[in-house]
Amino acid sequence: MSRKIFTVSQVNRYVKHLFSHDYLLNNIWVNGEISNLKMHNSGHIYFTLKDKAGAISSVMFKGNADGLKFGLEEGMAVLVKGYVSMYEKTGQYQLYIEKIEIEGEGALYKAYEQLKKKLEAEGLFRTEIKKTIPFYPDNIGLITSETGAAIRDIINIAERRNKSIQLILIPTLVQGEEAAGNISKAIKKFNELKNVDVIIVGRGGGSIEDLWAFNEEIVARAIYDSVIPIISAVGHETDFTISDFVADLRAPTPSAAAELAVPSKAELKDDVEKYYKKLDDLVWNNIMNLRHKQELILNHPIFKYPTQIIDQNKQYLDQLERQFKLVIEKFYKDNKIRVENDISKLEILSPKNIINRGYALLYDEKNNNIASVDELKDKDKILIELKDGSVEIEINKIRVIKEV
Amino acid sequence: MAANISFEKALVGLEDIVKKLESGNITLDKSIKYYKDGMKLAKLCSDKLEEAEKEIKILQGN
Repeated sequence: MSRKIFTVSQVNRYVKHLFSHDYLLNNIWVNGEISNLKMHNSGHIYFTLKDKAGAISSVMFKGNADGLKFGLEEGMAVLVKGYVSMYEKTGQYQLYIEKIEIEGEGALYKAYEQLKKKLEAEGLFRTEIKKTIPFYPDNIGLITSETGAAIRDIINIAERRNKSIQLILIPTLVQGEEAAGNISKAIKKFNELKNVDVIIVGRGGGSIEDLWAFNEEIVARAIYDSVIPIISAVGHETDFTISDFVADLRAPTPSAAAELAVPSKAELKDDVEKYYKKLDDLVWNNIMNLRHKQELILNHPIFKYPTQIIDQNKQYLDQLERQFKLVIEKFYKDNKIRVENDISKLEILSPKNIINRGYALLYDEKNNNIASVDELKDKDKILIELKDGSVEIEINKIRVIKEV
Repeated sequence: MAANISFEKALVGLEDIVKKLESGNITLDKSIKYYKDGMKLAKLCSDKLEEAEKEIKILQGN
């Protein structure tokens, strides 16, 4: 019997051929637990899928791995779809995985939980970094589908509340593979243009898959990076997306977002009217209060009976005048007695008195009193005045006695 | 008072002025000044509310 000898490669190729022609192994679903997980730099993922009794080497190439919505974890129970084939270089057979689902809770739910945990740990949801939604935005940016229910609802509400506010829409896809990229780009665009005061990003209700774009990291990061405040409005009241947690404000629905962002013209007009009235009332009240104070002041006796104080002063003046008169009269009376005494003293010294006592007074012709012989010369006529008359005589001898 | 003051600031300013007027015990001069300032702010608000109606703009961002 002749021996047929094969090379290793031939054997491996043959076995691989068998695998590839097996109907079952070409398209197989397997459940198991992930172990020995290795995420390679190339983007390929390697792990061992095992159960209690066995294990199988598994690989998921980058092309398929990129489609994973969630991160793989050691010990994770998964359901994988793929095919079984051989790696010829080692002769090892492997499970080539195209798709992974999570057993029990859904894959999307798992992805959501993972991203939420991660972003929360990074601090993207912190309430203290949330921006204030402007009270009266002049321009509101909208990021949603141009044809969806959300844009119709938002326009309806905005027009009803305040038509003076400018709405600016950047239309985007809101579901499917490209939606997340579209939405994050639109957020960045508004931030570049800086032409709006607040942004509403969202869409109407749908399944978790429909809303998925709003659970993507790229959208969450774009919302976080936005310097313009963002209101997220995704789906219905009960739907919570990652976008809702990162956004500065979560609106339960797109309609509610419009209610929150667009200030009601009617309400504000009412408010302003009230302020007008209040200003009028208050200033009027103030003036009335001041007038009342003024009246109180005017009722003060000094203003009410202004002559009273003058009369009082006049009366006082009269009284002073009377007192003054009394004093003056007394003074006058006291002094009159003194003066009379002085006069009698003076009279004693008067020349008249001297004459009365027998002395004489001499006068020259000009009737000047003569006190010294120096004033006289011979033959001068002088007048001698006596008590009871006068005599005119002529000088005939003058004797001067020195040392008077 | 700046003319480009925001609606919100104008409204807050109004509230502030009303509070001051309500506190009473202010002079006639102050009272009149507050009133004038308040009227200016109120007018700013009404003007804003009377702004022309606008149609939605669509930007092709993608």
